[in-house]
Amino acid sequence: MAFMKRTGGRNKLAAVMVIAAGLLVTGGGYAVATTVANPGQSAEYTQAQIEEGKKLFAANCASCHGKNAEGTGNAPSLIGVGAASVDFQVGTGRMPGQASGPQMYKKDVQFTQEQIDALAAYVASLAPGPAVPEAQYLETNGNTTRGGELFRINCAMCHNAVGAGGALTEGKFAPALTGVESKHIYEAMLTGPQNMPVFNDANLTPQDKKDIISYLKFVEKNPSAGGYELANLGPVVEGLFAWVFALGGIIAITIWLGAKSN
Amino acid sequence: MSNQGKSVAKASAEHVYDSGLAVIPADAIKDPGLEPHRVRMTDKSEKHEKAAVRQVAALFILSFLGSAFAIYAYYAFPIVEDLGSVRNNTLFLGLGITLGLLGIGIGAVHWAKTLMPDAEVSEERHQARSSEADRAAAIEIIKLADQESGFSRRKLIRRSLYTALAAFPIPAIFLFADLGKDQTEHLRHTMWKSGTKLVKDPTGVPIKASDVTIGSVFHVIPEGLNEKEDKLEEKAKAAVLLVRLDPADLKEDPARKGWSYDGIVAYSKICTHVGCPVALYEQHTHHLLCPCHQSTFDVTEHCKVVFGPASRPLPQLPITVDKDGYLIAQSDFTEPVGPSFWERNN
Amino acid sequence: MSTAVKKPGFLAERANYLDERVGVAGILKEFGRKVFPDHWSFMLGEVALYSFLVLLLSGTFLTFFFQPAMTPVIYDGAFGPLKGAEMSVAYESTLNISFEVRGGLLMRQVHHWSALLFVAAAGLHMLRVFFTGAFRKPREMNWIVGVVLFVLGMAGGFTGYSLPDDLLSGNGLRIIDGMIKGVPIAGSYISSLLFGGEYPGTAIVARLYGLHILLIPALILVFIVVHLFMVVIHKHTHYSGPGRKDTNVVGYPLMPVYVAKAGGFFFIVFGVIMLVAATITINPVWNYGSYDPSPVSAGTQPDWYIGWADGALRLAPSHLETYWFGYTWSWNILLPIIVLLVFLVLVGAYPFIEKWVTGDEREHHVLDRPRNAPTRTAIGAAGVTFYAVLWAGAATDLLATNFRLSLNQVLTTMQILLIVAPFIAFFVTKRICLSLQRKDQAIVLHGRETGRIVRMPHGEYIEVHEPLDKYEMWKLVDFKDYKPTLARPNAEGKITVSARLRAAVSRFYFEDRIAPVTAGELAAAHSHGHEEHAAIEAPKAEKAPAKKAAAKKPAAKKASAKK
Repeated sequence: MAFMKRTGGRNKLAAVMVIAAGLLVTGGGYAVATTVANPGQSAEYTQAQIEEGKKLFAANCASCHGKNAEGTGNAPSLIGVGAASVDFQVGTGRMPGQASGPQMYKKDVQFTQEQIDALAAYVASLAPGPAVPEAQYLETNGNTTRGGELFRINCAMCHNAVGAGGALTEGKFAPALTGVESKHIYEAMLTGPQNMPVFNDANLTPQDKKDIISYLKFVEKNPSAGGYELANLGPVVEGLFAWVFALGGIIAITIWLGAKSN
Repeated sequence: MSNQGKSVAKASAEHVYDSGLAVIPADAIKDPGLEPHRVRMTDKSEKHEKAAVRQVAALFILSFLGSAFAIYAYYAFPIVEDLGSVRNNTLFLGLGITLGLLGIGIGAVHWAKTLMPDAEVSEERHQARSSEADRAAAIEIIKLADQESGFSRRKLIRRSLYTALAAFPIPAIFLFADLGKDQTEHLRHTMWKSGTKLVKDPTGVPIKASDVTIGSVFHVIPEGLNEKEDKLEEKAKAAVLLVRLDPADLKEDPARKGWSYDGIVAYSKICTHVGCPVALYEQHTHHLLCPCHQSTFDVTEHCKVVFGPASRPLPQLPITVDKDGYLIAQSDFTEPVGPSFWERNN
Repeated sequence: MSTAVKKPGFLAERANYLDERVGVAGILKEFGRKVFPDHWSFMLGEVALYSFLVLLLSGTFLTFFFQPAMTPVIYDGAFGPLKGAEMSVAYESTLNISFEVRGGLLMRQVHHWSALLFVAAAGLHMLRVFFTGAFRKPREMNWIVGVVLFVLGMAGGFTGYSLPDDLLSGNGLRIIDGMIKGVPIAGSYISSLLFGGEYPGTAIVARLYGLHILLIPALILVFIVVHLFMVVIHKHTHYSGPGRKDTNVVGYPLMPVYVAKAGGFFFIVFGVIMLVAATITINPVWNYGSYDPSPVSAGTQPDWYIGWADGALRLAPSHLETYWFGYTWSWNILLPIIVLLVFLVLVGAYPFIEKWVTGDEREHHVLDRPRNAPTRTAIGAAGVTFYAVLWAGAATDLLATNFRLSLNQVLTTMQILLIVAPFIAFFVTKRICLSLQRKDQAIVLHGRETGRIVRMPHGEYIEVHEPLDKYEMWKLVDFKDYKPTLARPNAEGKITVSARLRAAVSRFYFEDRIAPVTAGELAAAHSHGHEEHAAIEAPKAEKAPAKKAAAKKPAAKKASAKK
């Protein structure tokens, strides 16, 4: 994985070379390089891990993604998606998928972290792709003001201003971000799972991503100053509450008030 | 009246109105009159009465304690540099006041229900219509006023007064003219010019074409926007979304062939419906969704409307790269961005 | 009277002072024992009134701290994730009220919750008035005043919602700007005047503030005074019941019972608002960030009372814009606006429409039970359904995500429902009303089912019916009954279009008609009932067949329009 450690050279020619190298390594297939290696990511895998991952892949993933991860009609090629993608998809339980539909749901995680690492190692060995992020970018001591601003501009339109989630077209949706591990948030930005766009390091630098994660974790950790949050879903839920509980409660009182005492 | 068969018994002073399509049966069932009063426990038993008195007093005392607690909470839960303190301040102050209010409210109602007389009483109503004599007197007054002032007689005065009354509010309308600049010209132009660099929102970092990988989306503003005095007004028109697609996916109009760069396309982020930022990009369907009213645009086909209330595609910003590989605009948008307006003229 | 006390105490002296100057004794004599009927549904208007008082109190507190300026500042307050961010003074002062003023956030939440409650209570009050026919003569004008108040409530709410200058309210304003721009001829002028030039400008918050704290509350106050003044003139309506007539009012005297109940109720409403405000977050502006035209949050919605307008915008079909005579006609905006306006006008005009149909000039002070005016109730249900679909239309995205549906399908379904559901609601409601009327009629004629089954000696089983007492019965027979009319020629012998129309509409209203049971019908049923009773005591075999016929005596009258 020599070229994965390459730092600079984020120009077009390099990207093309990387793709070409990837194609050579896998002996065919088609890869869309979503990003190139960069300083925010690091992961080295042993040959044993790759072997273990290959076995796990054949047993659990190959039926949809193809024997060599080249993709089938049911599922995309995994060549070049990188370790980050595997860590996110399998680590949040979205993969292995259960049924096809507009979108894969979060489920119970099926594998141990060692197994996930092995799978990631195997997929990363197929072609270069985004690697699992370094721990320093997952800490929550970033600049929350900056993170908040970046989050609102890049993420809030789908995920809502505090990450409560939102609707997309045709049954797809942007999931809520509360309770999601920092690592997985980072990986999602980096790899663009499902219909989420990719936010590569040129778009949101590792520091930007760290700030965003810090903001989200701040919101998650600090309960609303005003009291119970009503799921942070905004005016619709507030309106429902006003009708059902506030007005409903008052009506219950009016019935007591209008009833004759015995 | 009608179905109670009492219209005959009514005093002659009440006017008899036309009942229209109402059916008034001759042998309607008779109103039995008010129900006999049912005596309450508190009226019957002194024990219950005393209990009610104690309950009411207890509620009032509870209210007093609530108000006292609210004052205590104001000082006991101060606001410090921690959001939890705001929460506690709000909660305990609020609960104290709640108790103060509900104690009085429930106490007063309980008092009324259990201890004040609960026999319903009946009061006569009178028609809104004045008596015939009053009506005649009113007409007399108006006639006299007309005669004394000569309002009907003196046409010149009357008409000139109408003219004056019609004209006097008009200056007020003019007063509103200075509320804003009356123009639509600003709706037709944005900050984008030939050669303006596309930079990231909000950081202002310029973007190289090679940074924009397939599947990624950049939120873009024109270079120099952050330094502008009227940056919000400019941003409200100039915000752009930058996306790279596989050139094979793009179904470009030959006339706009040169507007994209190697699969990178830039579209106005301002919805053509009512102006929300259309920013939800789905990287596989290539659809852009507006979160406000769900208009959906297809990026592969020049952002034509595929769903929702919008009518027009999002305007495209023609882009290219400069010699250093940075993305720049070829020109301003070729049409007004954002919601339609009367003088837009396609 | 207090003035008559020999050795006047402190209070008596004050009372004397007031009476000698403004004649309070006379006023008290006139109004002190005025009778108000008691029913829970009569308090909904009070809830709105008290919420408005709470709005005035909490709003005044907020004005002491809020600064309606859009000058940019750098935030250096207590809320971490905004420290160092650029924002407007308005937003900064809103954050300061929330995080630096003790009780400030509480008051903000009290203000916002009571605003939601004000419009909700007013809306529910309107529904009560509609479904009980309380809008009939002499109260038509007061109905109009009420509709105006409801609209003013929406205006007050929207102008307030926009003041904090946060991202959510800013996007709300942007939508309003887009709607205004779509208005033919004057749209772009109005937008430019409202925002002081280009959107968003630096003027809008201060301008809305003026409207929000001065003009709109003043208008609401004036209309509330007019509204209540008319209530005093007309005296309150009452539900039908024994002794309750169009010529009297039955209830409790103002002093002391009603003063205690209504006064206490103010504290209860205030208390409930306070409880909700103390425990439930509303409009956490700090989460949305300062207004910036580029970002937007998923779930950008207005407060509930503007929801139906937002829903109308969402439900407009694609590609409605046209270019005529060189100008842009934004039907995707105009159509929803027209729909909303027509709806409001129809609501306001309803009392006049119904009066035109019935031609009933009498004063009505006894309320209808909704079932006894089936067509009106059905029209109301259709209207409520129409409004509800528009309202739900504003939450399409939340419906989609929370019930795992497709956003597109939800929207399309809403579009269909908007047209279809009111008709379904109309027919279903009307049938339910008629069935309930039939049930009432059967109860009046045959008494209440007791569930007690008696076996006759010849083997037949019958259920014993318990006759109603006269008070209960009165409630079921005291309602107004109308029948359709024919188009009649006028004085010149011509049948006008209006007469034909009225005849047709009267058929629509009163064709399916169930008249109140008359004394004659009751007597007839009773004689059967006595036989039945006798049959239980002393059965005679030959009476059995006759009883069956009596049991299913047809009660409904299909009114014939031909006379």
